[in-house]
Amino acid sequence: MADSATGSTQDVDAETKPGKGPLIYRQSIWTRITHWTWVICLFFLLFSGLQIFNAHPTLYIGQQSGFEFDNSVLSMRAINTDTGPRGQTTVFGQTFDTTGVFGMSGPAENPHFQGMPQALTIPSFRDLATGRVVHFFFGWIFVGALLVWFVASFINGHLKRDLVPKGDDLRALPGDVKAHATLKFKHGRSYNPIQKLTYFLVFVVLFPLIILTGLTMSPGMDAAWPWLLDIFGGRQTARTIHFGAMLLLVAFFIIHILMVVAAGPINELRSMLTGWYRAGPETAKREGDRP
Amino acid sequence: MSTFKPSRRRFLGAAAASASSLALAGCSQFDFLGQRDNAVRDTLEQANSLTYRVQRMLLGEDWLAREFSESEIRQGQRPNGSTNPRTEEYAALRDSNFADYRLEVGGLVDNPSSFSLDELRNMPARTQITRHDCVEGWSCIAKWTGVPLRLILDQVGVRPEARYVVFRCYDDIERSMSGLVFYYESCDLVDARHPQTILAYGLNDQALPVQNGAPLRVRIERQLGYKMAKFIRSIELVSSFSDIGRGNGGYWEDRGYEWYAGI
Repeated sequence: MADSATGSTQDVDAETKPGKGPLIYRQSIWTRITHWTWVICLFFLLFSGLQIFNAHPTLYIGQQSGFEFDNSVLSMRAINTDTGPRGQTTVFGQTFDTTGVFGMSGPAENPHFQGMPQALTIPSFRDLATGRVVHFFFGWIFVGALLVWFVASFINGHLKRDLVPKGDDLRALPGDVKAHATLKFKHGRSYNPIQKLTYFLVFVVLFPLIILTGLTMSPGMDAAWPWLLDIFGGRQTARTIHFGAMLLLVAFFIIHILMVVAAGPINELRSMLTGWYRAGPETAKREGDRP
Repeated sequence: MSTFKPSRRRFLGAAAASASSLALAGCSQFDFLGQRDNAVRDTLEQANSLTYRVQRMLLGEDWLAREFSESEIRQGQRPNGSTNPRTEEYAALRDSNFADYRLEVGGLVDNPSSFSLDELRNMPARTQITRHDCVEGWSCIAKWTGVPLRLILDQVGVRPEARYVVFRCYDDIERSMSGLVFYYESCDLVDARHPQTILAYGLNDQALPVQNGAPLRVRIERQLGYKMAKFIRSIELVSSFSDIGRGNGGYWEDRGYEWYAGI
């Protein structure tokens, strides 16, 4: 496998430099616009969503929230102990002391008794109304960008060419896992198998899932589309899945940034800003490439 | 040939940087969005009008909210908001078991009327087992019995210029410098005439308890709990609610929550 080399690239003129692959047009304008739209949307959606979560920091399985029975799977609270208040988090019946982060956080002399800490909510103070205003605004833009992306990617072939995993991708998967594990990246014309699978899961599974579970929390949408309650098994289960999908998207974000940095941040950023990407030296030249 | 070989040190450095960018996001720079008169916030709030229009488009006027079976009633209805109005007027009504209670219906109607509890109970009733969704995020399933609001509206005759139904309540939810603030709410005529919109006087086969809004609360099943005013004193048909309260159509709406709470 080529130990490819694409860290610093400033020059676009003249002939292809020795040891470098061609500069290829990799990301369409639609991919780039929707990418950066999602960056902004997901930032606000995450932190306003945690503000909304704080209004009732307990997640349940089922149609309703058990107050006289227990169907919770996650809850955060502050409790009193002999040595003063502590923050507690219970996940699937296991209780952990999470003082300082979940359940109780902030300065010791004036702690905040809330689920998520102030550093993770918009606004920082408790304000459910504003959290909802922010969340629904960016929710609409997020959904709009996804529709634009789906139509554009279907028409320009991005979806079929770069994202739908094919037999070859699955066969190449074990080798690609090894390459990623050793931080050796191939800079080809298309995504590598792990990228394809990951982006496919994000766009075709996680994004629709987080949107539909969000809609299931709307009493109006439950009347308009009653099947929402049936496919997710109730409004409270949908709320829990919405939270789980958020955790997976945060995990995706962290790995995504790590991979960009490890694979050559200048080249990767350039391709998502200008569309042009420096391929590895083993990449065959094609018409339309730049040197 | 310039190469980029991510060393372990650079890789770990990048990991730390991306993790801390999450924490740095911590978000007091966006606290201005909490100001209720902020221009940016006003712009973001436009999304709520879009939600209202789109849901009205997707949602047939008489389409029902999900109704559940008896076995889904697994607990009492969780009380929330005001649970015991403190005014003497309400105390007197409560002490006489609401025998002297009269629901006043007026505003833009042909025949302003008032109804005693017995009169309301003698009208055709509807019973429904529905899910109550609080804006905080929790849900609770209970059985509600009451008179469909549309029967009342038909009886008093809604004038053509009326656009909203305003519910005024007995509960003094706030004691401010300028006096008591009483809860109020409003909905449009689509929700007011919806088959599941009832003035409920019964909860889980019992008389509606004080903590859940006795003697009368409205159920608007396709919206959130704060729309479903409790302790209803009177109903008024209006063409605009801009001169009521702070002009946003309800107690919580005046404090930054959206008027259309179907989301």
